[in-house]
Amino acid sequence: MNAVPRQKLVVIGNGMAGMRTVEELLAIAPARYDITVFGAEPHPNYNRIMLSSVLAGEKQVDDIVINPRAWYADNGITLHTGDPVVGIDRAAKTVTSANGVVVPYDKLLLATGSKPLMPPLPGLELPGVVAFRDIADVEKMLDAAEAKQRAVVIGGGLLGLEAAWGLKRRGMPVALVHLMPTLMERQLDVEAGGLLQKDLTERGLHFFTSGQTEEIMGVEDGRAQGVKLTDGREIPADLVVVAIGIRPNVDLAKASGLDINRGIAVGDDMATSDPAIYSVGECVEHRGQIFGLVAPIWEQAKVCASRLAGRDDAHYETPPLSTRLKITGIDVFSAGQLAAQDEADEELVYRDSARGIYKKLVLRADKVVGAVMYGDVADGSWYFQLIREKADVAAIRDRMIFGQAYADATCKGHAGGVDVAAMSDDAQVCGCNGVSKGAIVRAITGKGLTSLDEVKAHTKASASCGQCASVVQAILTHVTGEVVEAKAAGMCGCTDLSHDEVRKEILHQGLKTQDAVRSALGWRHADGCAKCRPALNYYLLCAWPAEYVDDYQSRFINERVHANIQKDGTYSVVPRMWGGLTTPDELRAIADVADKYEIPTVKVTGGQRIDLLGVKKEDLPGVWADLGKAGLISGHAYSKGLRTVKTCVGSEWCRFGTQDSTGLGVKLEKLMWGSWTPHKVKLAVSGCPRNCAEATIKDIGVVCVEAGYDISVGGNGGIELRGTDHLVRVATEGEVLEYAGAFMQIYREEARYLERTAPWVERVGMDYVKKRVVEDAEGRRAAFARFVFSQEYAQIDPWAERASGRVDAHEFKTLAEVG
Amino acid sequence: MQDWIKIGRVEDIPRLGARTVHTTKGDIAVFRTSGDDIFALFNRCPHKGGPLSEGIVTGKVVVCPLHSWTIDLETGEATAPDEGCTRPVESRVADGQVWLKLECAKKVAHG
Ligand code: SRM
Ligand SMILES: Cc1cc2nc3c(=O)[nH]c(=O)nc-3n(C[C@H](O)[C@H](O)[C@H](O)COP(=O)(O)OP(=O)(O)OC[C@H]3O[C@@H](n4cnc5c(N)ncnc54)[C@H](O)[C@@H]3O)c2cc1C
Ligand code: SF4
Ligand code: FES
Repeated sequence: MNAVPRQKLVVIGNGMAGMRTVEELLAIAPARYDITVFGAEPHPNYNRIMLSSVLAGEKQVDDIVINPRAWYADNGITLHTGDPVVGIDRAAKTVTSANGVVVPYDKLLLATGSKPLMPPLPGLELPGVVAFRDIADVEKMLDAAEAKQRAVVIGGGLLGLEAAWGLKRRGMPVALVHLMPTLMERQLDVEAGGLLQKDLTERGLHFFTSGQTEEIMGVEDGRAQGVKLTDGREIPADLVVVAIGIRPNVDLAKASGLDINRGIAVGDDMATSDPAIYSVGECVEHRGQIFGLVAPIWEQAKVCASRLAGRDDAHYETPPLSTRLKITGIDVFSAGQLAAQDEADEELVYRDSARGIYKKLVLRADKVVGAVMYGDVADGSWYFQLIREKADVAAIRDRMIFGQAYADATCKGHAGGVDVAAMSDDAQVCGCNGVSKGAIVRAITGKGLTSLDEVKAHTKASASCGQCASVVQAILTHVTGEVVEAKAAGMCGCTDLSHDEVRKEILHQGLKTQDAVRSALGWRHADGCAKCRPALNYYLLCAWPAEYVDDYQSRFINERVHANIQKDGTYSVVPRMWGGLTTPDELRAIADVADKYEIPTVKVTGGQRIDLLGVKKEDLPGVWADLGKAGLISGHAYSKGLRTVKTCVGSEWCRFGTQDSTGLGVKLEKLMWGSWTPHKVKLAVSGCPRNCAEATIKDIGVVCVEAGYDISVGGNGGIELRGTDHLVRVATEGEVLEYAGAFMQIYREEARYLERTAPWVERVGMDYVKKRVVEDAEGRRAAFARFVFSQEYAQIDPWAERASGRVDAHEFKTLAEVG
Repeated sequence: MQDWIKIGRVEDIPRLGARTVHTTKGDIAVFRTSGDDIFALFNRCPHKGGPLSEGIVTGKVVVCPLHSWTIDLETGEATAPDEGCTRPVESRVADGQVWLKLECAKKVAHG
């Protein structure tokens, strides 16, 4: 079980670029690195784009977390939040944080993002002056909004406008100062910028365009009090938001001697001038270009992850970019060139002043090279596609400004203003994540997706800024309109979500209680029902072994009182007999208990142990206490968990035995007892292929041979007989434990509640099981480690707990006697 | 003759669970919902007499532990398609104490 030594990857910057790279890396090489992440902010990774929505009150901070802390833990990533890296020693290959943590690296990833650009203005340091970059900034703005103060935003670009609108939504009077004569001049032409200003003025924002700020004025107590412009105008304000731009955050890279221009210089492989150091995101400069939108950054993350995984064929190239503004009800789109630059360029313009619609296309040699749209942006992605494909548009030139539906005579399936039927397969729908229509359609049909959330989860389309959600929905409607009953059945009457979807959301959203699951996923009944509660209880227990507190009221009576209910309301008690072994002392204790409590039936079970049947409920704690004194613990004959491990006598006694099957059975049972599983799990170990322990109809069966141990899985006696499938032959007992434990954990994590291993193996296929347990050695070891970890919390004898009188005492006593 | 008899406190019964009361007429199951409503039924499933006190409680129903019939806590009626009824017992709560309307009692013992 010696693990291959992993390399060390240190990531500086717990932001969007850094964590996307780590996600991509985990997807292709999950076991290559031990990963340590340093983040200057005190939060886990969140969706910075959505800060605008948090400010506007459309989202909560919790809603925008991309990777909760559990994600880091689940992936074995060491996370240091609120602790910036302050030094890189490239010779020693270590980084040092502000708190003095020193971590060595084999590979280093710089993803330090950018800093807000701050003009050299007097008064900038005053309290009440903030930038718009992180959660802390938003919190400051919200505090000011709470007090209903006045705000001035400096900067009329994307960020400044979104800040101004958010503050306005929060009830503050807001003025916006912009240096240029029109808003968003880098993304919009004069006309569209003018329309935007008009609309926002109608919504109550005040604009000071062509306004140059001279100073931020302060009062005696040192707070900002207003903004003074060079032309003498003064605008009173208690909050001043500076959003004039960003500048790559290169401080650390510079101090460590890496090549820097405006940003950290990287090549097409995303490596810096030091081949052990990579960089992605807003801190980099690639071929003279720096970045401020996520679409190209996602490409960088992909390339960088591939390089970190040891592949050398990925090259980064900046894709064409498009811009949208996230102000609800205001539709703006632009891509490429904003206007004709010389005589070779032509402009097509459509203007409907009454309805506030404006569209402009810039053409060059029969190709679209730019688009600016205001008011109706439904065709934005189509124009953007024409730009990217450099399509020849001569044939549709006279109609294309009216949109794709009109340009293509063959239109059908018009939905949500977008003609998704006519859209070509490689048309990009989600610009942030580079997802094409074809990829979405394939995911919908291939995986049977039926909701926007599923499409988002599977493809990442609309998972970043969310602007394309309506188009994704339109595609979904278009595709599923023709696919009947694609949906996996919901868990129960409380939800339409399937077991798999619920499990995924539990992990993804970090849901840790049943109430949290039911409220986050929109359960129809507040309490849930008798079907979903036991399932949720199990899923939560499996997902958060160290944290989740078992909800015993969500368990079937047998698991609640740790004994099997019988037809007459009495119970049966089956103590564990490890591998079917027992001792005279144990047998005496069982006999004494049977006498003392007048237990009517004592029976040897089909699972090689003894059943005491007909025990009265109130006698259970006494029975357990007496059995416990002899060292007997619960056999879990009642649980969706590990039942028995049957063995034969094996090499210790049998003339044919090849290995110590009894001893191995005991080891397996000691490893696995107490674990909770989707359905019951039974094991057996036979000492030779005569197979006296019937190992080949068990969930996990081991048949010993001269050369080692044949492990097979997915067997079932019971209702539908199924023989096991061979998994692997291994040489040592240690390997049997590791393979069996890993199989068990993957079954625990992926099977649906009440699905035994036999139907699960049938459903996912033996190839899949082998890939996970046999071929992926790292994955196997990791799964085994997760199993061992969860066992730390599971191996507590429930009988001893209850015999002590300290747990669930009320279960075994009547409330009152009357009459 | 029937009378109101105090049988214990609301918090003696687990939320979404039940406790039993022994009476000369048979066991009574006293249920507590997530909203702390209290209901009482004779502790015999109309199907084959299963102990309803051992079932899973959700909303205002209990699911019998033996064969999963669903019984309404207010009326004791089985949910369709099953048919049958178990007798409800009147209950009320005052000052956190649970009272049941029962055949006149000779003695009351708490446990
Ligand atoms: C006690 C025992 C019979 C015996 O006297 O030998 C037994 C008794 C029950 N079995 Fe079993 N099974 C017993 C061995 C088996 C075996 C044989 C084995 O384990 O080697 C099988 C077939 C092998 C298998 O599981 O693949 C078996 C297949 C079942 C099934 C069908 C499972 C299936 O997947 O098809 C059920 C029903 C279920 O679990 O939903 C079941 C369910 C039951 C239940 C729990 C019925 C219930 O829900 O109340 C019975 C509980 C009686 C009690 O209170 O003790 N029992 N049952 C055996 C206890 C073994 C132990 O020591 O833990
Ligand atoms: C309000 C707002 C709205 C936006 N809207 C859009 C949009 O609609 N569409 C779009 O495409 N883009 C948008 N963006 C831009 C987008 O958020 C960024 O392009 C993206 O976040 C860049 O990712 P990054 O990882 O490079 O930087 P960041 O996400 O900023 O991450 C860098 C992280 O590194 C940390 N860090 C820095 N130095 C250190 C150090 N020495 N040690 C440890 N940690 C350090 C920082 O604290 C930060 O958390 C928006 C940005 C903002 C602020
Ligand atoms: S075979 Fe049927 S009757 Fe016998 S113990 Fe198993 S479940 Fe009960
Ligand atoms: S006894 Fe209650 S369902 Fe059968």
